[in-house]
Amino acid sequence: MDALVNLNRRELIKTTTGVLTGLVVAGSPLALIARGAAWAIDLGALTSAEGAALMAVTRTIAPHDKLDEAAYALVIQALDADATKDEKFRATLKEGLAQLGSGFSSSAENDRIEALKKIESSPFFQSVRLKTLQVLYSNPIAYAYFGYEGEAFSKGGYLRRGFNDLRWLPEVPPEDSGPLPA
Amino acid sequence: MSRIDFNDSGAVVIIGSGAGGGTLAHELTRRGIKVVLLEAGKRQSTETFSQVPSEAFAQLTWLDPRTQSGNWGVARDFPTLPAWHCKTVGGTTVHWTAATPRLEPWELRAKTTYGEIAGASLIDWPISYDELLKYYEIAERRMGVTRRNGVPGLPASNNFKVMYAAAKKVGYKQVHTGHIAINSRAFDGRGFCIQQGFCVQGCKMAAKWSTLYTEIPRAEATGNLDLRVECTATKIEHGADGRVNAVLYRDAQGKEQRQKARIVCVAGNAIETARLLLLSESSKFPHGLANSSGQVGRNYCHQLTGFLWGIFDKPVYSWRGATIAGVVEDEVVNEPKRGFVGGYRMELVTLDLPTFPLVGLPYGWGRDFASILEGYRNLAGVFLNGEDLPQSDNRITLNPNVKDAYGLPVPHVHVDEHPNDQAMRKHARGQMSKMYEAIGAKRIVHGPIPPATHNLCTARMSADPRDGVTNAWGQTHDIKNLFISDGSALTTPGAANPTLTIVALALRQAEYITREMKTNSI
Repeated sequence: MDALVNLNRRELIKTTTGVLTGLVVAGSPLALIARGAAWAIDLGALTSAEGAALMAVTRTIAPHDKLDEAAYALVIQALDADATKDEKFRATLKEGLAQLGSGFSSSAENDRIEALKKIESSPFFQSVRLKTLQVLYSNPIAYAYFGYEGEAFSKGGYLRRGFNDLRWLPEVPPEDSGPLPA
Repeated sequence: MSRIDFNDSGAVVIIGSGAGGGTLAHELTRRGIKVVLLEAGKRQSTETFSQVPSEAFAQLTWLDPRTQSGNWGVARDFPTLPAWHCKTVGGTTVHWTAATPRLEPWELRAKTTYGEIAGASLIDWPISYDELLKYYEIAERRMGVTRRNGVPGLPASNNFKVMYAAAKKVGYKQVHTGHIAINSRAFDGRGFCIQQGFCVQGCKMAAKWSTLYTEIPRAEATGNLDLRVECTATKIEHGADGRVNAVLYRDAQGKEQRQKARIVCVAGNAIETARLLLLSESSKFPHGLANSSGQVGRNYCHQLTGFLWGIFDKPVYSWRGATIAGVVEDEVVNEPKRGFVGGYRMELVTLDLPTFPLVGLPYGWGRDFASILEGYRNLAGVFLNGEDLPQSDNRITLNPNVKDAYGLPVPHVHVDEHPNDQAMRKHARGQMSKMYEAIGAKRIVHGPIPPATHNLCTARMSADPRDGVTNAWGQTHDIKNLFISDGSALTTPGAANPTLTIVALALRQAEYITREMKTNSI
């Protein structure tokens, strides 16, 4: 849940350059720790408009329509954090977004796909794609959405929590499998 | 834990504490032999293993820079990581998924069985299966391998139920939960598998065999082992007589140290082992140690691998359970009518959600790519593990243009696929797809070839010293007191995941070294 804390804590400080906000979805893992109805991220390198455009890029790269936008916000946060630490990467991000143009976020999906295909081999696109894959699928919101149950040791593994509960195929005969441990 | 003096030239120095080095260290120390065990990595434990995949990866993996080339998929898809093995006490036995099949008798006679294959540097092993058998049996008993010696097989997971039904539907007969070095019941002071599915992050139950919590503590208990962690070997030195006599290494503070040695055994995994021999060149050995044949680093094999996923319209929850506990072995035959020589296994596999898009899927983005992930809970997975053919120019060399933190040239890995490899992969993908489709898979996804987890044959055993680097004992042809004790020594890869063979060879090599030391032959 640590990954979600930053979605929940806002500290408007001098170095904030922009902000990304969204609504907390009822029943989401974020709802368990959220202090209110909205989440917000402070950006330290990107403007609010750039954050919104980057959000549109990541949502085009990995479109999961019903996945809580907060999960995507974590990707933006990670990219923004890298841009805060690395001048060269900050420039790459900003130039890439500028090249996509101010209308990018509001254009239709097919137009966004075409625009991204044109810059597909650019370091900008490849970095955003990689960060999307690294962050979008490794947080509690994504786990809940995709059904992945995550860390198992503290819960005694899956031995008694469904590791063999599939019933739409036959059971494997004992001679080709083995007994449950006592 | 004993402290062996730097100037104690009676010590055996082993480089690397994995399946080969860790086993060898125990076998020698329990016979009264003093061993300095150098391990480049840190010492983790069941307490420090992380269940966050990205953290575990950073904690356990050999991440020193390497360069690569060739037409193999890894150079394109994972340009900065040709191989995925470990830098930690216990070596790659910490992150492995514990498949322990044996080689087949004919696989040790690869050249005789397959014949002359253009472009392949095939030779027969200098030992027969019968000579290895006794050590396979000892290794299996020691490691608690399931379905051997009365040890029950692991129970069937959801993912295996899918594999079993699919394999049986297309007519396969040899389908079971595998010969696996994971406790199906408590054994050897270690717990049984609770089916976590975090094998690759280090087994927090110690149910999966690893030298970290078996061979190495037992070696330490003898009082004859001096394990030095965060110590990276940089050169093996020799005397005017051509015998090795010391190992230079960087300690945990980065300071250069020299440990004298009566015998040196290299078990740094096949890339670093070859690299160390090459780095140890001298005026007497201008092409590196033990390299009069020119074969050090050559004939690099990694076995044919790759993921294949079936997406069904009902849940599988494939992440629940031991990763590799299932296999189809019917294709482990040599049947050229299929269009290739050598055999392959189809092994159960799963990936946690964070790792899946990074390693398990081919390059992609957009709706089609996302739709695969939408099906994650309905996914079943199978992994190809087959014999790739050795080729002389698939090799590890030193890259003169890229240096590591100590100013030494990094290893360069070059791999081109052989037509036989491509034909085998095509056949295997066809079979695996057919299997899943036969029981209703809605979609088949071909994953990439991941960074090589089985790194082999770079200092191979050979009968003829011109064809390889080591003899039937893993002793280098050129230097009698220099041994190779890891997967580098395998003559040809075979289709079997190599760890059991590496352990068996180490058990056998330990007997030989002990005998030779006692008779003062080396």
